[in-house]
Amino acid sequence: MPIFKDKQYFRVNLEKEADEALWLRCKSCGELVFKRRVRENNNICPNCGEYFFLTARERVESLIDEETFEDVSKPIVADDPLGFQDEKPYPQRLEEAQEKTGLPSAIILASAKIEQMPVVLGVMEFQFIGGSMGSVMGEQICHGMEEAIRRRCAFILVSSSGGARMQEGAFALLQMVKTTAVRARLAEERLPFISVMTYPTTGGVQASIASLGDIIIAEKGAMIGFAGRRVIKETIAEELPKNFQTDTFAIEHGMIDRVVKREDLRSELATVLRFFQEGRDE
Amino acid sequence: MSDERTLDLLEAKIQELRELNKVEGLDLSAEITKLEKKLAKMRTELYANLADWERVRIARNTKRPYALDYIAEIFSGFYELHGDRMSGDDRALLTGLSELDGEKVAVIAQQKGRDPAENKERYFGMVRPQGYRKAIRMMRLAERFGFPIISLIDTPGAYPGLESEENNIGGAIAASINSMIEVSVPTIAVIIGEGGSGGAVAIGAADRLLMLENAICSVISPEGAAAILGKSKERVKEAAAALKLTAPDLLDLGVIDEVIPEPLGGAHKDLQQTASALKESIIRNLGELSQASTDSLLASRFERYRNVGRYSILSG
Repeated sequence: MPIFKDKQYFRVNLEKEADEALWLRCKSCGELVFKRRVRENNNICPNCGEYFFLTARERVESLIDEETFEDVSKPIVADDPLGFQDEKPYPQRLEEAQEKTGLPSAIILASAKIEQMPVVLGVMEFQFIGGSMGSVMGEQICHGMEEAIRRRCAFILVSSSGGARMQEGAFALLQMVKTTAVRARLAEERLPFISVMTYPTTGGVQASIASLGDIIIAEKGAMIGFAGRRVIKETIAEELPKNFQTDTFAIEHGMIDRVVKREDLRSELATVLRFFQEGRDE
Repeated sequence: MSDERTLDLLEAKIQELRELNKVEGLDLSAEITKLEKKLAKMRTELYANLADWERVRIARNTKRPYALDYIAEIFSGFYELHGDRMSGDDRALLTGLSELDGEKVAVIAQQKGRDPAENKERYFGMVRPQGYRKAIRMMRLAERFGFPIISLIDTPGAYPGLESEENNIGGAIAASINSMIEVSVPTIAVIIGEGGSGGAVAIGAADRLLMLENAICSVISPEGAAAILGKSKERVKEAAAALKLTAPDLLDLGVIDEVIPEPLGGAHKDLQQTASALKESIIRNLGELSQASTDSLLASRFERYRNVGRYSILSG
């Protein structure tokens, strides 16, 4: 049963702000800060420097050149192939996530420019069922890479996901293979794939597409790993180091290329894009 | 409702009667025949409508045949190749050279342990990064010499632990999936027991995906699903049903290509029978795949995975 059957499919509009509050309270320093100032500051607290959680919309805005956003996602929404029900049916869970985020799925797919360089950009929305990867996200990521091939530009994926979407069972699991298969096409075309890991990049997303970037950049404060702390504790009751699955853990163990502060992410992406773009015969 | 233990008890009793029957002057044949009929009927009733959770238990049954049991039955010889050439030799994922029906093949197999000592060595079949890196090594070797790859899947999942994370288990799984997708020889994956999440997919992205009748494949264990949903551990049966993890379910959903039948009660009731059905299926599927040129093999594989998933297209 498709969700949203009777509703018009909506294209993502960056101008839309779900929450009308004027002030935010910083969890770190406890100060009430003017929301617009926080937004203008990459969602970083102007008082203490703590990172506020970025929605996918805000993330897109923070990375791209103004007025260059174009929604290139496929007009698709999730099915309920298993008829999955826990304390609520999966279709209801989807509808609630759509209401909460104003997005049709857990990913925004855009064509845009970063410092005048064209990119196709996928950004996951953690608030949409934990940014989990089901059939729709898998399809959008593949579509995004194919769009990058059509446009002869780089593909950037900003991950924020707990992993494969349990409610879609084996279909979710196989999105790991699907995205990997299309990623190989992007490589054949010699188009760069930059994977940006943010808080959190775990499970089936970390164990597939997010780990297959030509360049892997982690945002400072990211959480990166395969199995969650709870699973590890329950399975083997092992003591875990304090920095377990943090950005520093990931870079120390050779899992990623660089750790970048949020405020520098856009310019770092531009640096990488420029390097790959220059001298490429188009 | 009788369970498997009742059946085992009854079977043992019948065996005792058979022994007694050998004693002169005692004729228990009528009694034995009656009980045998009763047992057969009970067994059929129990397994005809197996609840999903019962299948999970069969898939995890410690008497169930493991990869090496099938390898011994199906292949002629298994020349094991050890180590990932980087950090170690994972005993939960074995690789080797073998022959199937006179054809050279490369085998990648997940192996659980039979006893506590073996399970310690094999991490209960949970694969670590060096296991997946060994698998990738085997895929490259197979490609270089044109050996088809047979992969036998039986793992609760990749090993969740500090050591695994320090060696980038997620990255190793991703790289293994990538190698499976790119390798230019026919690939067949068979889930023989547990197909646990990413740890199974890593060596499961094949041209044909087969499953033994009582094997399971799931994005998360029923216990894990129950825990995430904040339910008590007793709710795992519901989770097992909701996850659609059985072979018949996955065939219905179009996720796998074929269900390989097991004897009533499970593969452990008759290894030879199960192995022979498995062998027939692998040979037949391999025969079909071998007809195709490399280009069309890779094109079909790409199409298969490019199109996997279920969603609705909307007009707006």
